[in-house]
Amino acid sequence: MKVRVTVNGVAHEREVEPRLLLSDFLRHEIGLTGTHVGCEHGVCGACTILWDGEPARACLAFAVQAEGHDIRTVESLAPAPGQLNALQQAFQDSHALQCGYCTPGILMTMTAFLAENPKPSEEEVRHALSGNLCRCTGYQHIVDAVLLAAERGA
Amino acid sequence: MKPAPFDWQAPETVEAALALKSVHGDGARFIAGGQSLVPAMNFRVAQPGVLIDLSRVAGLDSLAWSPDGSLRIGAMVRYRAIERDAEVARHLPLILEALAEVAHPQIRTRGTLGGNLCHADPASEMPAVMLALQARMEVRGPGGTRILPAADFFLGPLTTALAEDEMLAAIMVPPLPAGAGTAFLELARRRGDYAMMGVAAVLRRDGAGRCAEARLAFCSAGPTPMAAPGAAALLVGTALAAADIAAAAEAAKAEIEPMGSVQASPAYQRHLAGVLAARALTLAAERAA
Amino acid sequence: MTHSFGKPLTRNEDPRLLRGEALFVDDVELPGLLHVAFLRSPHAHARLLSVDLTAARARSGVIAAYAAEDLGDYWKPGPLLVPPPPVPGMVFHQCCQVPLVKDKARHVGEPVAMVVAESRYIAEDALADIVVEWEVLDAVGDLEAALQPGSPLVHDHLGVNVAARVHQHRGDYTAAAKAAALVVKRRFTYDRGASIPMETRGVVAQWDPRADRLTVWDTTQAPVVIRNGLAAMLGLSERQVRVVAPNIGGGFGPKMMMFYPEEVLVPWAAMRLGRPVKWIEDRLEHFFATTHERSQIHDAEIALDASGRILGVKDVFLHDNGAYDPYGLTLPLNSQCTLLGCYLVPAYDSVFTAVFTNRTLVTPYRGAGRQHGVFVMERLLDIAARELGLDRNEIRRRNFIPADAFPYDQGVIYQDFSRLSYDSGNYAPILEKALDAIGYDRFVQETQPKARAEGRALGIGVVCYVEGTGIGPYEGAKIQVQGSGKVSLATGIGSQGQGHATAFAQVVAEQLGVDIRDVEVTTGDTDQFYWGVGTFASRGAVVAGSATHEAAKVVRQKILKTAARHFECAEEDLVLADGKVHVVGVPDHSITLGALAGLANPMRGAVTPGTEPGLEATSYFGPAGGATASGAHAMIVEVDPLTLRPTILDYVVVHDCGTVINPLILAGQIQGGVAQGIGNAFFEQLHWDEQGQLMNASLADYLLPTALDVPRMRLDHTVTPSPLNPLGVKGAGEAGAIPVGALFAQALEDALDLPAKGIEILEMPLSPSRLWEITNGG
Ligand SMILES: Cc1cc2nc3c(=O)[nH]c(=O)nc-3n(C[C@H](O)[C@H](O)[C@H](O)COP(=O)(O)OP(=O)(O)OC[C@H]3O[C@@H](n4cnc5c(N)ncnc54)[C@H](O)[C@@H]3O)c2cc1C
Ligand code: FES
Ligand code: FES
Repeated sequence: MKVRVTVNGVAHEREVEPRLLLSDFLRHEIGLTGTHVGCEHGVCGACTILWDGEPARACLAFAVQAEGHDIRTVESLAPAPGQLNALQQAFQDSHALQCGYCTPGILMTMTAFLAENPKPSEEEVRHALSGNLCRCTGYQHIVDAVLLAAERGA
Repeated sequence: MKPAPFDWQAPETVEAALALKSVHGDGARFIAGGQSLVPAMNFRVAQPGVLIDLSRVAGLDSLAWSPDGSLRIGAMVRYRAIERDAEVARHLPLILEALAEVAHPQIRTRGTLGGNLCHADPASEMPAVMLALQARMEVRGPGGTRILPAADFFLGPLTTALAEDEMLAAIMVPPLPAGAGTAFLELARRRGDYAMMGVAAVLRRDGAGRCAEARLAFCSAGPTPMAAPGAAALLVGTALAAADIAAAAEAAKAEIEPMGSVQASPAYQRHLAGVLAARALTLAAERAA
Repeated sequence: MTHSFGKPLTRNEDPRLLRGEALFVDDVELPGLLHVAFLRSPHAHARLLSVDLTAARARSGVIAAYAAEDLGDYWKPGPLLVPPPPVPGMVFHQCCQVPLVKDKARHVGEPVAMVVAESRYIAEDALADIVVEWEVLDAVGDLEAALQPGSPLVHDHLGVNVAARVHQHRGDYTAAAKAAALVVKRRFTYDRGASIPMETRGVVAQWDPRADRLTVWDTTQAPVVIRNGLAAMLGLSERQVRVVAPNIGGGFGPKMMMFYPEEVLVPWAAMRLGRPVKWIEDRLEHFFATTHERSQIHDAEIALDASGRILGVKDVFLHDNGAYDPYGLTLPLNSQCTLLGCYLVPAYDSVFTAVFTNRTLVTPYRGAGRQHGVFVMERLLDIAARELGLDRNEIRRRNFIPADAFPYDQGVIYQDFSRLSYDSGNYAPILEKALDAIGYDRFVQETQPKARAEGRALGIGVVCYVEGTGIGPYEGAKIQVQGSGKVSLATGIGSQGQGHATAFAQVVAEQLGVDIRDVEVTTGDTDQFYWGVGTFASRGAVVAGSATHEAAKVVRQKILKTAARHFECAEEDLVLADGKVHVVGVPDHSITLGALAGLANPMRGAVTPGTEPGLEATSYFGPAGGATASGAHAMIVEVDPLTLRPTILDYVVVHDCGTVINPLILAGQIQGGVAQGIGNAFFEQLHWDEQGQLMNASLADYLLPTALDVPRMRLDHTVTPSPLNPLGVKGAGEAGAIPVGALFAQALEDALDLPAKGIEILEMPLSPSRLWEITNGG
């Protein structure tokens, strides 16, 4: 069936099977491979995208459900090609990623979180992060990066 | 972990949704937030031939207060909308306290209370909370609407009283008695996980400060959300002193039937039920005016 | 000269990862790409009677389906990766994994058939079309049951489930025990866990008939070895195969296992079908098909004199191999060797039996058997200290190998087949720093008694460990100054997030005076660098880092020589900095490295005999032996006395990994290791039922710690450079993870005052439920 989804401000129209997961639609239909897939059962958070501004799991939605909705992925964050936004920059500065596989989902979660809570405490950051698993970092530098971004007014 | 094929239907009225369900019967499933159904489909443990999307059905996503103070939550109201509702926070803090333990914001963006209750996972927080709040389920079917108390809605693990051609349309939560204190506590392995044990407590004092009414309901404590009426009855008439609460908590342990999981043995779950019940009752007692 | 070596520089690899531009294996899209799904054994142990693929092949969108017999001669058991070491009298039975089950399935999830289709969705649909007849056999998972007569046999032809038996000893333990004032004997168990990288495994293969070449993108930690093996299996020469390990979403060891059946089958199918083929493991498959680690049972004893000095240690242990043993004895040998820890153990008698079970294979995962050794030794010391009335830190101090005893020969054979010898170390200051940082005395004298009086259960733990790192045989590096002035560096190892592109760039920058952002590092592409072994055993920084250093020194010489000719001056008069060379005192008069690279590759004239064109060098490094890192972890934990849920209040790591290339990256490695250690100690456990079915094969039920479960850690270092490599570095990849089990056990016992109640923690992992059972007599 036909589906029209706006991704990062661009409208995409595709003929898809109803069962196509939104994560696969983003990655393999329109080629936005920045959204990662780590579990396909909603736990790891690697596939987190913004759905009408709210963080959601792309692996737990069908592309057809996104019809008419505004989807944002990690590719939308940088202000211009080759640049980093303030949150991304704080991640680099704090060494908040190792393999980087979890990172896009965490960036999207934290983008929504900081919009709602621009000056969070460490405890609040940790709570907000708890729906994203990272196997490499032990989270400490991620927490530092989010706090740094908040301090810089990201 | 890709779902098996299915047909997609997106009706715009309750009647159309019910008609589709009547036609396709067992092979069709409603999809609300999809946060339980889609993982099951990705694992291929659920393979419905037809999905009936409720997200475009008019009227299911509203949250409305009646003049008598009762709250009607449409089956498609997302968790996030409930969480963000200041009135819910003021009048039914028990819901918020428990919702904070349900999964993570990314799941709550899409998940719905209706879907959660229809999923009827005995480990889930909300069915126990609805039991404690004495909520009623507004069920729509081809023959019209029927109302079921929460206690009659949950029949077993992943099993509700909904007939094959029925749907849940709304949840009606009566107002709490004036001055009631509530508390929800759980112990999960990690934040956002289903609890190893959870308990919702509602307490009301009379003018003399004695317990006039008590309700206790547990999750992860049996095949359905489990009320503990015997333990609650022990509290009525007491001053809600530590010893009264301890006795009730101990009694509650005998009223549940925890089944155990890879995370917790039944004996540990029962022990936790006592510990958490005592703590939740203590909190609720402090909060009861 | 700009110094970058030793600085906490941010990483070169980050911007692309942060923008979602970095390439992972599943990001590879090719025209005509086909997708694979595997039918896997639902049984832990079952004879395969028949496989019928007719219906699957007939499904629309299915291109091919294969069972074992369709593979013909290509069906072969995998290679033995690590042959057993030369220990006299040892027993070893080689039984390696097979591409598809032919006679019987030996663990749940073993691949039985492969479907290739136009999409993964269709491939999965077709799995349901396959009809398999099984004769289900009794399965064995318990290590002791597997050794009983009459146990089901994992490999019938062996007649037993013994995979190996190795006895190593030094000194006379029997005499030591006789002379001892105290002998402590206990049974310790450590159960299974898994590495669970956030990216699962995956393979994409493309055969290009015009170039006559095969390209394989693989989530492997050892691309060169995969290339060589694939070439041999497929009848190609090595130059015809290119293996690319692009960005890898975490490995931690299991992506070093070779060859996984899927790795063997996907390239074969791509060649046979003439279309590119992709297989991406899903999370469910991952739980069964990617290797696990950790099950061991130790019956250990320690003999001490009255002052707490160790006279000897005896250990008899069982090691769970799972169904096959391609990794040889690496894990149990690591356990056997690491048990000796930081201590003088005059008599050591250790024998292990590696056991085949009907479970997923066991291969190294971060720590790789070291956890077990550390757990046993540290627990024995804790118990001995208690029985002797000694402080737990004092017993450790009394037994440390003294700083002047290095290099110290432990007298046993290590996983790299050489004698276990510690290159350098100084353990006492590490422990003192850790005690200081955690505030040990104050905690014991004030905090804990006060908390207890308030009914709070606070405890402290302090443990020490060593980590054998940086073993051989070798790695190489090739450095080239590009016409652009940038410097390229290629090595044969893969990277799964360790920051090689930055750390190695720092090594290059230090020699060549360039900005690290101008060093372009390629790891994991066999077309860029031909030789190598792989990323394991915390060896990347040590071995490939040293090779990089050697190559950089040669390139530096070439730069200076070329520049000296250009400026007509002596090399000693040249300064190499900021990507340019100038004559001392005349910074305005300089030449860029790019221009020099051009001069070194003249278009006319002749290159002087005996010299080579370009500013380029390739070097190899093979250490004489492993570099032994060491450290101590300390933590303060509070336990809810009723629910037994712990909360870590403070966590300190003091670590000595020799010279530090990049403290920021090192901190990340340690923090990540500790997080995995915490998972292993208190969250992660694979649960099996009697039939050998895994009961928690999902991320909802196999619990990786979250940001709320891992505390803020405070790190400190001491530096004892390794004499075995030019940089003085030691590996740091596993240090965070190794001692956490022992630490949890000690701290939880302390918090709940268990010894006073006659209760000891002798097992890992724990959980609130298990802890409740232990403390309630379970
Ligand atoms: C990572 C993760 C963690 C989670 N943790 C928790 C947790 O801690 N506690 C918890 O309680 N839940 C948890 N959940 C589940 C979550 O709460 C789900 O959102 C909820 O259980 C189902 O709601 P839904 O709207 O997504 O329903 P869906 O998944 O769409 O539907 C669930 C079931 O209900 C049926 N259904 C839905 N709506 C109706 C209707 N109106 N009438 C009849 N049938 C209907 C569907 O057919 C389906 O069978 C978690 C989920 C995930 C992915
Ligand atoms: S892939 Fe969606 S949450 Fe893991
Ligand atoms: S950086 Fe590897 S999973 Fe987070």
